Amino acid sequence: MRIFASLKIAGRALRRNKMRSLLTMLGIIIGVGAVIGSVSLTSGATKQVEDQVSSLGESVITIFSGNFTQGGMRGGWGSAPTLTVEDTKAVAGLNNVLAVSPEVRDREQVLANGLNWNTQVMGESPDYPQIRNWSIASGTMFSDQDVRSLAKSAVIGKTVADQLFPNQNPVGQTVRIRNLPFLIVGVLAPKGFNLFGQDQDDTVVVPYTSHMHRITTRTFVNDILVQAASDKAIDGVQNDITDLLLARHHSKEQDFTVRNQLELMQAVTATSRAMGFLLAGVAAVSLVVGGIGIMNIMLVSVTERTREIGIRMAVGARAADILVQFLIEAVTLSAIGGSIGIIGGMTFSWFIASLQHWPTVTPFGWIAIAFVSSAVIGVISGFYPAWKASKLDPIDALHYE
Amino acid sequence: MPINPVIKLDEIHKTYHTGEVDVHAVRGVSLAILPGEFVAIMGSSGSGKSTLMNMIGALDRPTGGHYWLDGIDVSTLDRDALADIRNKKIGFVFQGFNLLSRTSALENVEMPMQYNHERIGAHEQLERATHALGLVGLGQRADHHPNQLSGGQQQRVAIARALVNRPSLLLADEPTGNLDSQTSIEIMGVFQKLNEQGITIVMVTHELDVARFTKRMVILRDGKIVTDEAVQNRSVAENELQRLRQEQQAVKLAS
Repeated sequence: MRIFASLKIAGRALRRNKMRSLLTMLGIIIGVGAVIGSVSLTSGATKQVEDQVSSLGESVITIFSGNFTQGGMRGGWGSAPTLTVEDTKAVAGLNNVLAVSPEVRDREQVLANGLNWNTQVMGESPDYPQIRNWSIASGTMFSDQDVRSLAKSAVIGKTVADQLFPNQNPVGQTVRIRNLPFLIVGVLAPKGFNLFGQDQDDTVVVPYTSHMHRITTRTFVNDILVQAASDKAIDGVQNDITDLLLARHHSKEQDFTVRNQLELMQAVTATSRAMGFLLAGVAAVSLVVGGIGIMNIMLVSVTERTREIGIRMAVGARAADILVQFLIEAVTLSAIGGSIGIIGGMTFSWFIASLQHWPTVTPFGWIAIAFVSSAVIGVISGFYPAWKASKLDPIDALHYE
Repeated sequence: MPINPVIKLDEIHKTYHTGEVDVHAVRGVSLAILPGEFVAIMGSSGSGKSTLMNMIGALDRPTGGHYWLDGIDVSTLDRDALADIRNKKIGFVFQGFNLLSRTSALENVEMPMQYNHERIGAHEQLERATHALGLVGLGQRADHHPNQLSGGQQQRVAIARALVNRPSLLLADEPTGNLDSQTSIEIMGVFQKLNEQGITIVMVTHELDVARFTKRMVILRDGKIVTDEAVQNRSVAENELQRLRQEQQAVKLAS
């Protein structure tokens, strides 16, 4: 086949009818643009969710204390205090466990600098910033020594720092919690909102011992954060924790629950993925409609150019030459349309993403799929008209008016 | 050594089956045309000359008899082989010019080479198309589109297109049918010049004036040859043109 010559002929034919070619391509442009736009937007949104989840920390397992059942009434997770500091120390001894932190939470009115602010006061171990993948912006984290000595040291989040110490360096100053003066040793780097819309920077972190003995008087912790050596080790560590805690609690029924952030991520991204598939499905339908548009115009074009087909056959074009010519025209239309659609879809999603401050993701796989499928649509929708053209009788075609 | 004929028709029949009645358009035509001949096939409408023309042009196959073009039995070939024969052996010139619209004269002339199986390079295509346009006196208008050319010029482009694949036979179907008398004579002049260079030409026409520019006249009636004779008092395009100009001059002077 003289493909190159056919390409040249097709290019000329399309250029002769620029407006019509553009309108014909429009269906494919919109279809491909919609696929690429929706896919890259959803993958951008998914990536943002993933980023947020991983901002909870890497390879983190959370152990929540269990639910209580009393007189047939069952409370939710965390309603029964079952986890202790001793449990935490036991978990720390397991294989593939990098760091642990018992977590105690309480809302308190905190005072400093003549100002006050209601915030979440957390009792944690010094490993907390490492587990949460959270750096200290200024100052330092409190130490193990501070934990042992029930020290009145605190690390505060960005929001608390802004509220209590506007335009001041809080490090070295004191903050009063339940009238006890805590020395601020560090300020956490800003982390923003979490998946549930909570401001993660609106927090004061103190040693868990200080929290349990000085601020509140508790013997149980709310939950335990555990960092596994790697994502792969998570399942094993999770099983070990379950076995260990069941043994420690001498209970047949599991009075705690173990969750990791991968499960959370899956739950949250499943929704946006489903949304993405829905959008892509709608877009695929418009691709098919675009293909029908191409077939329609190609059929018109074959009828309109019957005489041209006759001339070409008279000077020696074989049926296959005519078939290839029209097929290439259809494929060129849809491939160019597909390319414009890809560019348009990417531009659209970049625009939306920059408005929404979402991360942008270039879905290279989808771009390849969109391009190939638009070419395939060109072949499918171009074949019937091309076949019809190639079956024309040269004498009839020459005398067609 | 006898000269092999370019066209050899042996008892050619063509019957169309339209409904209940069979139309016998060509009823046993035998004819041999030698290289370098310039033949006019004449006849009134319904005489079968167009049907015969389509068969000679390998656009159609006879229902009976044999047709050898350049020694090849065309009557037995399939569609693709016929297309190749049309491409290599035959150059067509039509009454309606049949140029591709919105396509330059040069590109129109290059078109048959795109279907040539010898794979002619782009540079040689350009060279041959330019040469063919030069042969018909249109070297300066290669980039003009058909709607920018007069009827005579369009027909010249069509002749250049017919010549570009170096065919054994130039086949013209009423080539002057859409042209005024002066342009007709000019086009016949182009044919006479090409024939002098050795190109075999077969032309279908119903005008005796036009047929008189050829060397041999074949007249068909009811699908059969009734006359086949050399042209007496052959017209020469140059002289005819001169005569026409003198007449026009005379008309002007008289008014």
